[in-house]
Amino acid sequence: MSDYTTVYGSLNDFTPGGVDPINDDPKNYVFSNVFDVASRSQPYERVAVGKNLEYALEVVRAEGESPWYTAAHDEFALCMDGQVEIHLVKLDDPDAVVAPDSEGAHLVDGMPEGRKMGRIVLNRGHQALLPPGAAYRFSAESPGVLLMQTIFGPCTVERWAEICQSEPMKLD
Amino acid sequence: MNEMANSGTLQSHFKINPASNETGYKAYEAGSFKFKRDEYFVEIAWPNGTHRMAADDFMRALMRDVAWGFFYGTIAFDEVFGTTNHYGIVDMFAGTYHEVYKAAGRDHLEQFRAEELLKLMKDMVEDWTNEGYDPFAAPGEAGAGVPWGRKNGDNHDAVNRIRVTAERMVGLPGDAVIRTDDNGYPKNRMLADVAEDQPLVEAEPGFEKEVAAFNLYDYLSRSDVTWNPSVCSVVKESLFCPTSEEFSLPVEHGNDRCEWFVQLSDHIAWDVKDRDTGRPRAKLVMRAGDVACMPADIRHRGYSPKRSMLLVWENASPRVPEMIQKGEAPVVAVQF
Ligand SMILES: [Fe+2]
Repeated sequence: MSDYTTVYGSLNDFTPGGVDPINDDPKNYVFSNVFDVASRSQPYERVAVGKNLEYALEVVRAEGESPWYTAAHDEFALCMDGQVEIHLVKLDDPDAVVAPDSEGAHLVDGMPEGRKMGRIVLNRGHQALLPPGAAYRFSAESPGVLLMQTIFGPCTVERWAEICQSEPMKLD
Repeated sequence: MNEMANSGTLQSHFKINPASNETGYKAYEAGSFKFKRDEYFVEIAWPNGTHRMAADDFMRALMRDVAWGFFYGTIAFDEVFGTTNHYGIVDMFAGTYHEVYKAAGRDHLEQFRAEELLKLMKDMVEDWTNEGYDPFAAPGEAGAGVPWGRKNGDNHDAVNRIRVTAERMVGLPGDAVIRTDDNGYPKNRMLADVAEDQPLVEAEPGFEKEVAAFNLYDYLSRSDVTWNPSVCSVVKESLFCPTSEEFSLPVEHGNDRCEWFVQLSDHIAWDVKDRDTGRPRAKLVMRAGDVACMPADIRHRGYSPKRSMLLVWENASPRVPEMIQKGEAPVVAVQF
C-alpha cells in the first residue's frame, strides 16, 4: 500500500493557501479556491476563477439538475469533487440555438431538439469533452464541483472581489 | 525580457568540440558562448564573463529548455544564465536580468535561430547525461541516478522522451493515449493512492468519437517526469497543461504572458521575483483547489515537497506578448 496520502480538498474540507507579499499587492495574483467559491455559489452558477483575455476557467457547484447549455466550440468539465452525470444531445439545428461564431456557454431554451448522444458519469479527477453542436445538462445527487475550461460567455459570473484574496496573508 | 527579436544579428556559429581526454565530455560553442562540463560543474563563458553551475542544476534546467522547445518567455537556469523565446528566434543571455551585472555592463545577449540552437542543446543534453542519470526525475526517485563523474555511457531514452501534446483531449480516438501499467506508465510512488477508475461513458451509436471522458488524475499519477507541463485539452488557444511536480522547478520561469495555476492536489510553495531585476516580490502557498495567476512581469519557481498534481493553464495565442507590450493586454490578468 501507499505510504503517501494525496490531499485533494472538497466542498466540505478545504484549506486554502495564499499570497504573502514581500513587495507586491496580493490582488495581482487573483488568488481564490475552487471549493471555497463553490461552497458560496448557487447550484450551476458559472463563476469565473480564471481569465486569460477571452478564455475562462469557471467553477460550477453541481447540485440537482442543471439547465441545458450549448456552445459553438469545445468545452471541458473536470470534476474536482463528488459525482456528476452529464447528458448530451446532438442539436438538430445548432446554429439556430447559438451563433456559430459565439463564445462561451449559452442557455438552451427549454428541452433541446435533437438525438440523444449519450451519457457520462464523472467522479473526482475525471474530465469530459463537451463538443460543439451538442446540448449538455449536468446532474448531481449530492453537491459536487466542476472546473470548466471554456470562453467567457453570457452565463459567466464575475465576482472577483468576493472570491479573491485582497489582504496580505502570513503563510505557515 | 520582451525586447523584440531585432536587437542584433543572428549568430550562425555553432561548434561541437571533440570529447575531452580528461573528462570524456564534449564542449560546445553557440555564437560566442562556450560551454564545458567536468565531473561536478558546467562552465559557461562569454566574451566578458564566466559562470559556473553544479551539473545537476544545469542538466535539469537544460533538459526542460530542450523538452519545452524554449517554452513561453524566459527560462532562467539561475539568476545569471538563460534563454528567452521569441518564437523562431531565441535569446541566450548572461546577466541581462541581473541588476548588478546589468548596471556594471557585464551582461551579454546573443540571438539564434531557435531550431539551430535547439539542435546544439539537444546534443549537449545527450552527451552530458551519463548512464542511469535522469534529468527529468526528482532527486529522491529511485531512477534519478547521479550526474557526477566522468563521461560514463548515456541515457538516450530518458532525455529523448516525447512531450505529450493532445490535439483536443487525451483519450479521444487518434489523440494522446491514456497511461496504463501495460503501456509502460506505472503509478508514481507518491501518487499510488490516486483512484484508477475510468469515467462511465455510454455513447449512442455514431457518437463514439464525441462522447468522451478520461481520468485526468490517474493520468497525472502515472507521469514519469516532473515539471513538464503537457497539453491535455484544448479550447482554441486555451491550453490545459497539467503536470506532476516533485522537488523544485529546475528553472525560474519568466513568462511573457499571464500564466494560471490550479493546484489539483497537495501543495506547492512559489517564490515570485521581478522578471527583469530578480528582486523578490511575493511568496505563495497553493493548496488543493487553489487558483492563482502569475502576472506577466514576474519570474517564478515552485517547490513541491510531495509529488503533487498542478494544472498549468496557458493562452497560446502568438499575439499575446505583443499585446502586452502595446498595453492591449494586461500584465495582471484581472483588476478588481
Ligand atoms: Fe511557469
